[in-house]
Amino acid sequence: MSPAIRVLPAGLSSVLVEVADADQAVALHAELVRRRAAGELPGVTEIVPAARTVLVSGVADPRSFAAAVDRWEVPAVPGRPGAAVELPVRFDGPDLADVAALWRTTDSEVVRIVTTTPMQVAFCGFAPGFGYLTGLPPELRVPRRATPRTGVPAGSVGLAGPYAGVYPRASPGGWQILGTTDAPLWDAGRDPAALLAPGTAVRFVAVR
Amino acid sequence: MSAARPAELRVVRAGPLTTVQDLGRPGHAHLGVPRSGALDPPAFLLANRLVGNAAGAAALETTVGGCALRAGRPVVVAVTGAPCPVRVDGRPAAWGAPVRVPAGALLDVGAATLGLRSYVAVAGGVAVDPVLGSRSTDLLSGLGPRPLADGDALPVGPAQNGSRAADPQPYPAPGGELVLPVVPGPRDDWFTPDAPHTLATGDWRVSPASNRIGLRTLGPALTRARTDELPSEGMVLGAIQVPPDGRPVVFLADHPTTGGYPVIGVVPETSLPAAAQSPPGTRIRFVPVRAPVLG
Repeated sequence: MSPAIRVLPAGLSSVLVEVADADQAVALHAELVRRRAAGELPGVTEIVPAARTVLVSGVADPRSFAAAVDRWEVPAVPGRPGAAVELPVRFDGPDLADVAALWRTTDSEVVRIVTTTPMQVAFCGFAPGFGYLTGLPPELRVPRRATPRTGVPAGSVGLAGPYAGVYPRASPGGWQILGTTDAPLWDAGRDPAALLAPGTAVRFVAVR
Repeated sequence: MSAARPAELRVVRAGPLTTVQDLGRPGHAHLGVPRSGALDPPAFLLANRLVGNAAGAAALETTVGGCALRAGRPVVVAVTGAPCPVRVDGRPAAWGAPVRVPAGALLDVGAATLGLRSYVAVAGGVAVDPVLGSRSTDLLSGLGPRPLADGDALPVGPAQNGSRAADPQPYPAPGGELVLPVVPGPRDDWFTPDAPHTLATGDWRVSPASNRIGLRTLGPALTRARTDELPSEGMVLGAIQVPPDGRPVVFLADHPTTGGYPVIGVVPETSLPAAAQSPPGTRIRFVPVRAPVLG
């Protein structure tokens, strides 16, 4: 593993593995999922990646797990551009102009950047099927809206901090909304229920 | 089923908050899906044993005020968890034991006399459609059936042939003081050095704002040593998250899967049923225990 990992206790049978960044968290999550599928992690119930951590629950012996994970060689997750989930987006969102102003550019240039940047689901949270997408360069971070909206419609495509994301269903929210997609992000009756899972490659496609 | 037949269980009085619960939907946290499930698993499991159900059969979880149900066919039920009066057509019936409810009779589960949440199991289980393998109502994400409303019809599964209901069992009533062991970490280093002492010695009470998502507290504020933003990270059941007001929140079954406020410590799962049964105003004593040594 890379030099900078820390394994922190999260109760008696969970550990929080802290890595350097989102890419390493995605890679470690993939490695943990692979090892669990291979039967190497008996008892593990949850493997939850986040911004720069992976939470592992159901660890019978946290001390030996911590020692083992420190010795793993974790391969970077290979990019698979052909396998990206394409999300058709109408770029008619209420915050498109504000984002263009923050980026000191035009609306159409915002659309060009968002639709040409390969993105990846770093982790999920906030709501079932809500993926935090990374890929935009750090200088394009945008703040959340000063006053969150009480209702953001399902399918809204937005930006906040370093992330892009899509609201799987209507909810309050403070993301900068660029547009809307009709893609079914979450369907509990479907297998898999979530269109976007950690590690999924995503590409936004502009439609009218 | 023909529309003319009476519902197997008709909700006559839903009570303040009654939900369908089973053992929840663990294993989906990486998709943002909370675990959910009964807040007091030992009481929930006992109710199922008393009516001869499998451990994971869905039952009802009431909150403070109980509920009332009319049986469309003869059913066997059991009420556990928070002690409360149980009546069948007005006649007193047993709490913590199998009770036969004839067709057309009214089962009334009264207000809790101690604790908060009673469990009502019915032989065959509440047979609403499962979502991701669970029938639990998740109040954070909205998965599973919505909370019961007056007039709802609840389907009941077939009682298991040959299964034998367990005998009544003594069940400890919730105590007067809530003692919560705390395993420090993962973010105890985000707090000032006096924070663990404040947590261990402060006059903490259960806040009336508590719910299935978390046990909220009233008491002194814990102060942070670091004021920068914590990037979102995975949250475990029992995590003690400290929001900007400094009052710890102990995460219960419907907790969010990730969060951006630091977790000062984690309450082991075995202590959470008592937390879920502690009414607002209950005194809380946080007791630090040793964290696993990881290196």
